[in-house]
Amino acid sequence: MADVQVNDFDTKQFIVFSLGDERFGIDSLKITTIDRMKTITRVPKTPSYIKGVINLRGDIIPVMDLRDRFNLPAVEETEETRIIILKLEEVSIGVIVDQVQQTIQLSGEDIENTTSLINSAAAEYIFGIGKVGGEIVTLINFEKLVKL
Amino acid sequence: MDMSQYLQIFIEESNEHVQSLNQCLLQMEKDPEDKDVLNEIFRVAHTIKGMAGTMGFTKMTKLTHDMENVLHAIRNDEIKVTSGLVDVLFKCLDALENYVNSVIATGGEGDREYKSVIASLNEILENKGAVSTPAQAEKKSAETTAVAAPVQTDEKYVTAQMELDEFEQSAVNKALDMGMNALKITIVLNKTCLLKSARAFILFQTLERYGEIIKSQPVVQDIEDEKFDFEFTVVVVSKSDDHLFSKELNSIAEVDEVIIRPMNRVAAEGASPEASVKSETEAKASSAVDSPAAKEGEAQEAKQNAGSNAPKKTQRTVRVDIDRLDVLMNLVGELIITKTRLEGTDITEKPQEYHETLEYLERITTNLNDAVMKVRMVPVETVFNRFPRMIRDIAKDLGKEIDLVMSGEETELDRTVIDEIGDPLIHLLRNSCDHGLESTEKRRQLGKSEHGRINLTAYQSGNNVIIEVSDDGAGINIEKIKEKAIQNGILTREAANAMSQQEAIELLFRPSFSTAEKITGLSGRGVGLDVVKTKIEQLGGTVEVETYSGKGSKFLIKLPLTLAIYQALLVNVGSEKYAIPLGSIYQIYEWKAEDVKSVQGQEVILLRNMVVPITRLADSLEVPDSNTKTQKKLKIVIVRKGEKLTGLVVDSVIGQQEIVIKSLGKLLTGIKYLAGATILGDGNVALIIDVNSIT
Repeated sequence: MADVQVNDFDTKQFIVFSLGDERFGIDSLKITTIDRMKTITRVPKTPSYIKGVINLRGDIIPVMDLRDRFNLPAVEETEETRIIILKLEEVSIGVIVDQVQQTIQLSGEDIENTTSLINSAAAEYIFGIGKVGGEIVTLINFEKLVKL
Repeated sequence: MDMSQYLQIFIEESNEHVQSLNQCLLQMEKDPEDKDVLNEIFRVAHTIKGMAGTMGFTKMTKLTHDMENVLHAIRNDEIKVTSGLVDVLFKCLDALENYVNSVIATGGEGDREYKSVIASLNEILENKGAVSTPAQAEKKSAETTAVAAPVQTDEKYVTAQMELDEFEQSAVNKALDMGMNALKITIVLNKTCLLKSARAFILFQTLERYGEIIKSQPVVQDIEDEKFDFEFTVVVVSKSDDHLFSKELNSIAEVDEVIIRPMNRVAAEGASPEASVKSETEAKASSAVDSPAAKEGEAQEAKQNAGSNAPKKTQRTVRVDIDRLDVLMNLVGELIITKTRLEGTDITEKPQEYHETLEYLERITTNLNDAVMKVRMVPVETVFNRFPRMIRDIAKDLGKEIDLVMSGEETELDRTVIDEIGDPLIHLLRNSCDHGLESTEKRRQLGKSEHGRINLTAYQSGNNVIIEVSDDGAGINIEKIKEKAIQNGILTREAANAMSQQEAIELLFRPSFSTAEKITGLSGRGVGLDVVKTKIEQLGGTVEVETYSGKGSKFLIKLPLTLAIYQALLVNVGSEKYAIPLGSIYQIYEWKAEDVKSVQGQEVILLRNMVVPITRLADSLEVPDSNTKTQKKLKIVIVRKGEKLTGLVVDSVIGQQEIVIKSLGKLLTGIKYLAGATILGDGNVALIIDVNSIT
């Protein structure tokens, strides 16, 4: 669905975060809040990339480790580690990322629909590559990632 | 003038008036001479007429106006009250109720005019005294249903004509590419099915077990809200083939027909050719469903569908006693005062005062909690008061004499529970009327009173509310149940013989057991009891059955007072904290590790000569750092699972605490062993153990 509509908008704001050397982008409208790491309660019988649940102002929110989800090696958490809380349709979910870097504006023509170029575990969940001043940012389709 | 702001008031008041009309009519039927009741009915009808007129609901006004004419004639002794007349008045009541429901759903009164009802009212007036006899009335109603019936069969599989949008079609194509099957399944429920949404829920669960649902018509939300006829259609992609679906779906009770058609690959753009051919030939039917613009009077059902697609205009409300609100207000006032006091108290200079204030704060929050919970409580009366009428109708249908005795209507339950409990109760009551009580003739032969008696009782017991439905009929025929189970291949004859009465009764609640009405003619009982059980268990309650041969049977529904807050025991398992509901805890023991025996690989302990299986929570919950394996002494929390006991091995016990239950959310539903989560004092999350699913 998203493949068809990629170039349909004027400009959108994206939040850029990193996992190791790679940079990724999320549509900022989907973000509820960005939080520092906090105590995560493990939930048994869930896939390994679901780290557990946190208490976000009285709501129980599941948290996903994006490194684990993309089969990247695990790293120690640092001062920069953040949980990005997303609201996708009616479901809230937190994702753990290494670092949140900046916000960028992307217009339709800045985004290339190059799913075929990428050859990683993440390929299925990418809906395009954004180009900002010579650098590239991978845009993730989170709806697909959490299988709504 | 914009009337929408008065809509809510209109709905609430109409509901109240319709309810009191209901009670008055029942009273009138018992005592036709009672002038006070007649005046009350007149007053209520008049009020409804006035309200409907103000809101511009002309059809309601017309109906109540004609009702008034008849009532007026009765008051002037021109017409005598007969059972035929009361029947007509009941029909008016039903019509009014439908109007109100239509207003709730769509904000308008709908297009139905209930001409037949109005005609019978006028007929009564014209004939004066000579009221149309019940036979005539029945004939009339038979006519109306006869008119309605062909329309229904015409639209019988209207949901099967749904079309897929581009995205859904591409999902189907993708599935086909991957070698999976895409099936369009139309499921037709039995017309006698009472809990349609619950039944549909079971069907959806089954479907989701074997495949993924891409589309459903009507949409799932409407199905949950019971806004569908007796059929719905889904498109499913699955690795399994249609034979499996057909087998699985047909094994579910109250399913009349399952139509499965494989779907073909279609180019993503444009509607599927199959659909476009259809859209020409059957444009009439589908447009009636899809576009609210189609305003054909006959397509009543379609209109309801269209209406339900619009967002509900009304909100769910609770009527609260003003005293309770005052209590709440006072407590909040106290809270603010205490906060100010705390701010002004220096902890180092006046530690004593500081701690006193803190204690006071704690008391207020506890009271506040209680007060808020009380606001959510609604008396079961709101559910019970529709039953006398229902029993009256059923009794007439069955030709039985039935007295319904209700007590404990003032017992209060949480609003969420109240909303859900109605349907299961209807089911149980119907069951008692239909199968529990013998026919009048049989009762006479047996020397019982000709009036069958059904008791509906509610009372509070500790942290639970018990609702009992009992009858003085024949009781459950255990042997017939066993016989049926053997026939169905659920049991071997040996197993059946060894089975206790209680175990045999349990069979009634098995989904596969109560298939089809075959059981009705045999032993009675069993039709759809699985649905009742599923529903009650969803609410965190239990159902028990007692039966006494020849004397009757009793269904006991045990419900939690509230679903939101309860007492729990916090325990450590490894470094993690878990909560176990206190209600299900039997005892806590410290047990020597060497005294744990093993029977066929299952660890057990011998508790006062009772063999109790134990489960190491660290294993079932995959806790990595537990040291119960090496401990010399085990902490064992013994919990009740229905009648049975199970021991849960934990690392240590923290203590008792009041917890607020929160859902784990949509993404993490259905995790075995967990009933939800709660937030602890330190802001961290602890998971709540679902005792019933621990093995």
